Amino acid sequence: MLYAILCYNDESAVWSWSKDEEDACMARLAVVQERLVEQGKLGPVARLMPTTAATTLRKDREPPLVIDGPFAETKEQLLGFYVVDCAALDEALEIASDLGRANPGGAYEIRPLATFRPGSFAA
Amino acid sequence: MNDVAWIDAALTSARPQAVGALLRYFRDLDTAEEAFQNACLRALKTWPANGPPRDPAAWLIMVGRNTGIDAARRARKQTPLPPEDLISDLDDAEETMVDRLDGAHYRDDILRLLFICCHPDLPPAQQIAVALRIVSGLTVKQVARAFLIGESAMEQRITRAKARIAGADVPFETPGPVERAERLGGVARMIYVVFNEGYSAIGVEAPARAPLCDEAIRLGRLLLRLFQAEPEIMGLTALMLLQHARTPARFDAAGQIVLLDDQDRGLWNGEMIAEGLALIDKAMRHARPGPYQVQAAIAALHDRAARPEDTDWTQIDLLYANLEVLQPSPIITLNRAVAVDKVRGPVDALAMIEPLGERLSGYFYFHGVRGALLLRLGRAEEARVAFDRAIALANTPAEAAHIRMQLDRLMQDATAAS
Repeated sequence: MLYAILCYNDESAVWSWSKDEEDACMARLAVVQERLVEQGKLGPVARLMPTTAATTLRKDREPPLVIDGPFAETKEQLLGFYVVDCAALDEALEIASDLGRANPGGAYEIRPLATFRPGSFAA
Repeated sequence: MNDVAWIDAALTSARPQAVGALLRYFRDLDTAEEAFQNACLRALKTWPANGPPRDPAAWLIMVGRNTGIDAARRARKQTPLPPEDLISDLDDAEETMVDRLDGAHYRDDILRLLFICCHPDLPPAQQIAVALRIVSGLTVKQVARAFLIGESAMEQRITRAKARIAGADVPFETPGPVERAERLGGVARMIYVVFNEGYSAIGVEAPARAPLCDEAIRLGRLLLRLFQAEPEIMGLTALMLLQHARTPARFDAAGQIVLLDDQDRGLWNGEMIAEGLALIDKAMRHARPGPYQVQAAIAALHDRAARPEDTDWTQIDLLYANLEVLQPSPIITLNRAVAVDKVRGPVDALAMIEPLGERLSGYFYFHGVRGALLLRLGRAEEARVAFDRAIALANTPAEAAHIRMQLDRLMQDATAAS
C-alpha cells in the first residue's frame, strides 16, 4: 500500500527558522530519509513554498474563479494532488482548469514547490 | 527542536496578532505589551507540561487580557491575584475565543499595530526601532546591535518613540477601504526601510545588520497573508527575497562589497529566488503594476541570468522606463542609464544622465556612473575628475573603496582595450 504523509505546521514559525535551526532539522530528516531510500520505501518528497505563494482555483463554477492565497475552506477535504512542471503560474492554472473541467466541484490550490526529490521506489 | 525553542518560535509567530488584539482591547501600547509578556511567561510555564494550545495566538490574547486586567486592578489597589485556575479549562474557552477572532478583526489589528509604528511624526530610524521591538519582538539589545548603538541609547530611542505614539491619536475604529489602503502603503514603505537598513549595510556592519533583511521579509510575508490579493505587497515581498537571495555573494572575505557582475552566482539562494519569481508571477496576473512590482521584476532579471552576460538589459531598460513613469526620480533615471549603456552604448547613457547633474551633484554614485561612462568614451581626464568627486562624496570608507576598485578596473580595461 502506498501512503502519503502530509506535513502540517505553523508556517510563520517554520519559515522564520534561523539557518542553523533549518540545517539541523534537515540533517535529522536526512537520516530518516536515507534509511527509507535504502529500504526502497521512499517516494517523491516535496517541500511547498509558503501559502503566500499559493493561488486557488475554485472549480465549482464555470469559468472557474481564481483567488490569491491558499485554500482556506473547512468544508472540503484534501483528496489528492498532482505535481506538474510548468514555465509559469499561468500554465499551471491552465492545466488546473483542464483538470477542473474533467472533474468539476471543489477547488485546486496551486502552490509552487520549494524543493522536490523524485524518490527511489519503482511504484 | 527542544520545548523552549519550539515555544519561542510559536510565541514569536503569534506576537503580531496577539499584541495587535491586546492593543485594540486596552488601547494602550505599554499595557498591551506588558499583558503579552505576562501571557508569554504563563505559556513558558504551562505549555511544556500541557502541550501547545491549538491556537497559540488565541490563548495568548485570552491570557494576556486577563493578566492585563489583573495588572490594572493591582495598580489601583493591592487586591490579591485571582487564583491560577482563572485560566484553567482554556480548551473550552479557546473555541469561543477563536470564533471571536474572525479574520477581518485580526487583520486590522495587525495592520494597526504596524501602522502606529510608521506614524509620520516618527523619523524613519525610530519607526524601524519601534517596529522591530513591538511587532517583531526583538529585544532592545538585538535592535541596538542592528543599529550599532548602545543598549541604553536604543532604550531611550524606543521610549521616546513610544511616548510620541501614545501622544498621537491612534485610530482604533475599523478603517474604511481608502484609509486601509493608505495604511497599507505606509506599512509597506516602513517594511522596505527595515529591509534597506539591513541590505545597505556594508563592511564590518553588514553581518550585524543582515537579520534586518530576514525580519523585513517575515513582515512582508505577514502582510501578504493578511492582504492576499494585493499585487504591490506581492511585489514588495518578491523584491526583498530577490535582493536578499544575493547576500551570500555580496561581500568578499575582507567584507568589501562585490559588484553584481563579479558575484559568484552559485552562492545565491535559489529557494529565495524561486519564491520571489513565484510571487511576481502571481502579481502580474493582476495587471496593476506598481513600483515594488517593477523593481522586483528588474531584480528577477538579474537573478535569472546564470552569467552577467546573459542579463536581459533590453527588458531592464524597459522596466526602468516604466518605473520612471510610476515613480519619477533622478536616481531611477541614473539606474536606467546603466541599462541604456549596455543596450545602446555610453553616448546615449551619458546624454540621459547629464541633465541630472544639478540634482544629483551631491550623490557619490552619480559621479561614479558618470565617470565610468566618460572613461568608456575615452574622456579619461573628465572621468578622473568625476571619480575623484565620487570618492570625496562617499559616505563610508567602503563606498570610497568601491569606487576606487571600479576606477582601477576601468582604468585597466581602458588600457587593455587601447
